[in-house]
Amino acid sequence: MASFKPTKVQFLPKLGEKVTEDTLYWKNYKSPVQIKEFGAVTKIDFSPLAPHNYAVTASTRIHVYGLHSQEPIRSFTRFRDTAYGGSFRGDGKLLVAGSEEGLIRLFDISGRVALRQFTGHSKAVHVTSFLSDGFRVVSGSDDLTFRVWDVPSAVELSSITEHTDYIRALAPSKLNPDLFVTGSYDHTVKVFDMRSGSSVMTMQHGHPVECVLLYPSEALLVSTGGRYVKIWDLLKGGQELVSLKNHHKTVTCACLSSVGNKLLTGSLDRHVKVYNSSYKVVHNFDCDASILSMAVAPDDEVVAVGMTNGVLSVRHRKHKKDKETLTSRRRRGPSYRVFVKGKNFVPRQDDFLVSKPVKQYLRKYDKQLKSFEVSKALDTALQTWTRTSKPEVTVAVIIELNRRGTLKNALAGRNEESLTKILNFLLKHIFDPRFSRPLLTVGDIVLDLYRQVLHQSPVVERQLQRLMEVLGREAELQQELLQVLGILDTLFASLTPRKEVLWEEHCPMSLNNHCVSVSSVSADVCRI
Amino acid sequence: SLNGKYKVQRHGLFVLCTSGDSVKVYSTRTEEWLHSLQGHTNQVTGIALNPANHLQVYSCSADGTVKLWDFIDGILIKTFIIGYPLFAIYVSEKHEGIVFLHIGFQLVAVHLPKSAEQEVEAKELSAVSSHISPNPSCTAFGREGQYIAFARNLQLNVYFFRKQKTYSFSLKATDKKGAKNAFTCIACHPTDDCIATGHEDGKIRLWRNFIHKKEYTYSTQHWHHNAVNTLCFTPEGTNLLSGGIESVLVQWQYGTGNRKEFLPRLGGSILHVSASSDGQLFCTSHSDNKITVIESSFKVCGVIQGLVKDAVLTDLMIDPRSKALVLNGKPGHLQFYSLLRDKHLYNLDIVQQEYIYEAGLDQFEVVKAAFDIKGYWLATVEERGQKSSDLEFFLKLWSYDERTQSFVLNTTITAAHTDRIISMCFSSSEETTMLVTIAEDGQFKAWCQGVDADTQQDQNFWSCDFVGSYHNLKPTNCSFSADSSLLAVSFQEVITIWSPDTWELLTTLCQPPGVIRDLCFGRLSCSKYLISTTTRNLLCCWNLLTCALEWSTSVEVSKLQSDPLSENVAAFSYQSKHTDLFVFKPNEPRPLFTHKNVCSEKIHRAVFVPREEPLNNCDESSQWLNRSQLYFLTQNMLVIDDSVAVTPFYLLLGKHRQQQQKLNTPSHQAADRPQQPQGSVTITELLHTPAHVLPPASVLCSMFVSSLLISNTGEMESSEQEMNSEKEEEDSEGEMEACDSQQELRAQGSVDEVTPKLSKAQERELKRVRKTDFSWMAGLIDSKP
Repeated sequence: MASFKPTKVQFLPKLGEKVTEDTLYWKNYKSPVQIKEFGAVTKIDFSPLAPHNYAVTASTRIHVYGLHSQEPIRSFTRFRDTAYGGSFRGDGKLLVAGSEEGLIRLFDISGRVALRQFTGHSKAVHVTSFLSDGFRVVSGSDDLTFRVWDVPSAVELSSITEHTDYIRALAPSKLNPDLFVTGSYDHTVKVFDMRSGSSVMTMQHGHPVECVLLYPSEALLVSTGGRYVKIWDLLKGGQELVSLKNHHKTVTCACLSSVGNKLLTGSLDRHVKVYNSSYKVVHNFDCDASILSMAVAPDDEVVAVGMTNGVLSVRHRKHKKDKETLTSRRRRGPSYRVFVKGKNFVPRQDDFLVSKPVKQYLRKYDKQLKSFEVSKALDTALQTWTRTSKPEVTVAVIIELNRRGTLKNALAGRNEESLTKILNFLLKHIFDPRFSRPLLTVGDIVLDLYRQVLHQSPVVERQLQRLMEVLGREAELQQELLQVLGILDTLFASLTPRKEVLWEEHCPMSLNNHCVSVSSVSADVCRI
Repeated sequence: SLNGKYKVQRHGLFVLCTSGDSVKVYSTRTEEWLHSLQGHTNQVTGIALNPANHLQVYSCSADGTVKLWDFIDGILIKTFIIGYPLFAIYVSEKHEGIVFLHIGFQLVAVHLPKSAEQEVEAKELSAVSSHISPNPSCTAFGREGQYIAFARNLQLNVYFFRKQKTYSFSLKATDKKGAKNAFTCIACHPTDDCIATGHEDGKIRLWRNFIHKKEYTYSTQHWHHNAVNTLCFTPEGTNLLSGGIESVLVQWQYGTGNRKEFLPRLGGSILHVSASSDGQLFCTSHSDNKITVIESSFKVCGVIQGLVKDAVLTDLMIDPRSKALVLNGKPGHLQFYSLLRDKHLYNLDIVQQEYIYEAGLDQFEVVKAAFDIKGYWLATVEERGQKSSDLEFFLKLWSYDERTQSFVLNTTITAAHTDRIISMCFSSSEETTMLVTIAEDGQFKAWCQGVDADTQQDQNFWSCDFVGSYHNLKPTNCSFSADSSLLAVSFQEVITIWSPDTWELLTTLCQPPGVIRDLCFGRLSCSKYLISTTTRNLLCCWNLLTCALEWSTSVEVSKLQSDPLSENVAAFSYQSKHTDLFVFKPNEPRPLFTHKNVCSEKIHRAVFVPREEPLNNCDESSQWLNRSQLYFLTQNMLVIDDSVAVTPFYLLLGKHRQQQQKLNTPSHQAADRPQQPQGSVTITELLHTPAHVLPPASVLCSMFVSSLLISNTGEMESSEQEMNSEKEEEDSEGEMEACDSQQELRAQGSVDEVTPKLSKAQERELKRVRKTDFSWMAGLIDSKP
């Protein structure tokens, strides 16, 4: 005797993005901690040393936060005007920052007063950084120059004016103390070698450059500006590798994750996008305001994002330990012991085994189908929760009823309320190519059954009117699409006149694909 | 096998059921087949335990005999010859020495003579009633044999033996509610005066007080939605069992109104229910060739399953792993049947939906199935709505799971094509598996196992690799070459050859007229040949190296089947109401073996079944069977062809319905017979060959002499008549074209048919005379000058 076979609900693949490991990795962050700063957060830099404190430059201050603290551990407030570009030295002991008035200050991380002040820039210094030997500081300014300073003697070593607009991006090489990359509003990215004292490479970004970034191998260079993120191959003499356009406003910042060197970009459109190694967007963080700065802690523990409204949003990675404590706190009900009671008993040799039949658990509609209560089964499948969140279950029950030849019985004898429910479901899903076939059958049967009494209910009549309109629109659309297809066919045919077999290989266009495209387009149309 | 009409048990130890012309005995404990009671020469129609001795059973058969058996040891005790075809047997404890038989439309009481002889003629017949229903379950004894109740159409009759009177009660054909009141079955309470009757609309009526002709009463109970097929009271009379098409066994408590228990989903509609004499076990027989043994606590405790006889929609296939025959089983299932052990192995649920046992419901059915060469993948197509316009079908791919030793669903493709899938095949290479489906939408699609690059998971789902078509023609067949380097797809009259690696159309072959009906590549040394058959009686063999027609012959081929283990190809030709079998190798246009008149039905499916161990048969005509056996299947076999050997498998499927035959037996007949040096060519050949290559003269001599003698064993000669003539033709016209020889064969056949008016004996005589004359004349004419 076979057991009852429950209704098979088809799990259709979700259209759109697929869940990948990257997505899962980047989803694994807690909800952000918001820290209010005094002004727009223009720069965030993580200390390379172990506690990985981070310096946040906002308004006239630089605050240093601990990884898990929400109050600044230390703050540098000796700026008369807006501070810019606070960044750590490679050993995490010194911090350099530019400012609106053109002064560059150098702080000891434990002190409060500036150790050195470099004067020489005539306009605001937006970017400052240590070179990788740790003894020199490079700074880029709005006076179109960038200068290299000697830390011990506080002397300007060189000043180069090659850019023709504000310099807003700077990235020193970590492998070579003499190399650094600058980006400017004159749409160029330049690579400088201090030994030659001039640029050795120039790349046209095409938009004002907001940020440059070197990969750890320093073979690849990322520049952002306008809506574009461009990747350059430095080993091939600055050839453009990829140009990405995933933001719809200016991309202001970019950084690399330390696990797998994934690229993250933040933009004024309030999104942080995470790319995989083939530069496809795998994840997206949403923020409340336009993003100006962003940094990722080593080991990807923290993603800190600074915004124009002065809010610093910090996301911490979830850990398994945290989850466990959460679940243990939540757990209620009987203990594990209760569930395994007697189940792990090992029978002895002379024990007589009586097998207990495994109970088959059925859904409510399956139970009703089992006892041939077709109308009730349809009611169950049309319950609000199922109908809205799992329409495939409703459709599966409809298909099952149709297969049993009892769909008409199930639909008959309904009042206005339940009929409205069904019609609403039809209106919502009749164009879904996965559902349209059974639902059209339902529509036919409903019309057949209730033709005589339809005029008695204005509600049902209005719904049918709507259904008719929408169906008419859909039919028109299908016709137009078929016309387009005809045009495309002729185009393809004219392109490859000799090998007509080949194009089928490249575009396997079955009618199903048409249906999908038709309906997706129609869905778009409906939304409009 | 278990197309049993009836089962009886004794103390719940044995189940007896009729099966063709024998009665099979099964054990209820082990569900094993113990032995069969063989001896009847025609279909056994009924069995009944001897009420006087519970170790004996009566069986009646359409051959006009009643036999008494000892069913534990399987010994025939007695044979009573009645002389008329018998349709059912009824016995009662009260009427010792009398059996009631169903002859024509009559119910006849027969006194069995008590004599010591093995075969006795029973002559004492007395008619009880001359109007009884042809349905044997419409007659039953009541109350220890005091009366017999029999129903026919709308009338219930009760015959009281003591009064010798028949009372009739009739129902109206329909009432206001549209009930259908015709009787379908009947059962009498063992101790009470109560008759239960089943009706066509599913009602069960309990008749009481029928001893008085006018004041009878009945109560009606209704649960079954379709006709009640069978009714049975338990021996104590506490319960009534009923069953019908719903495949639900219902147990009604007697005397308590409407209390009932159900045992649903037993599989197949219930044809018979019977209870053991101690009331501990029930068993039901089902339309899908199955017996279910049920405990009195209403739990299934055993299933005896035979080969499921349902419409075979799929091809006959061999599972490469278990070497089991695979075909449609239960509705929505594929059955695996071991031919070696002659046993049903298991059913694989393909559709995975609740089957509703209701007449006229259109449900999913497996229509196509294919195995890959290693038996790791199984592809199935299930279809619904063939009759209506909206066809639904699914393509499913199953992978073999080593752990559970069965197939697990891997991929379901909902809209593989826009129209019905005509055929599909797996590639035959061992490295990559590829499935090609062709459909009525004019396309063929290749499906491959693809790893999704984005998700990077190891789940190997199948996806479409290539869509091909040829001038929007409807494809008819597809086939992979032996090494899978070529794919042949036939589109109406054109065969297209594709390369599966690059999906390039390599060449087209066309030999009109006629749509291509079958297509197959040669195997092994003949893999360069492609054989096709058309609807216009043409068998073509293409050489794929030269892309030219190697040979062709005009023969109407209904089914072409190639042997995977050898070069041989079997072609079944159906014309003028009988089927001929030709076996040939593609490299020579001469059949290796011909067997005329294999059966009189069109052959739809055939399969080569590899043998466990290859035979070492040196004889040329049966060498093709050394490595595999050929099984074939016809639809709705009605005529019984007794000249073909009866094999277990043939018995299994039943004579009246379908017919499958092992062909090795007839071919062995041919093999046993020494080759006779007849005909002019053979003799000249014999005389022209050098002496040192010939067999010893002693061998030749006896053969030569025997060929000149007229056989005395006319019986044997006639049975081998056809063999002889074929052999002769083959030998004598070795150099001629195959098509010519076949035409000759046909001509020969027609000559045979001209003389049907003569009696059998005369005809035999005539044939013998004609044949011997021929050989003599030929020998004389050719050898003398």
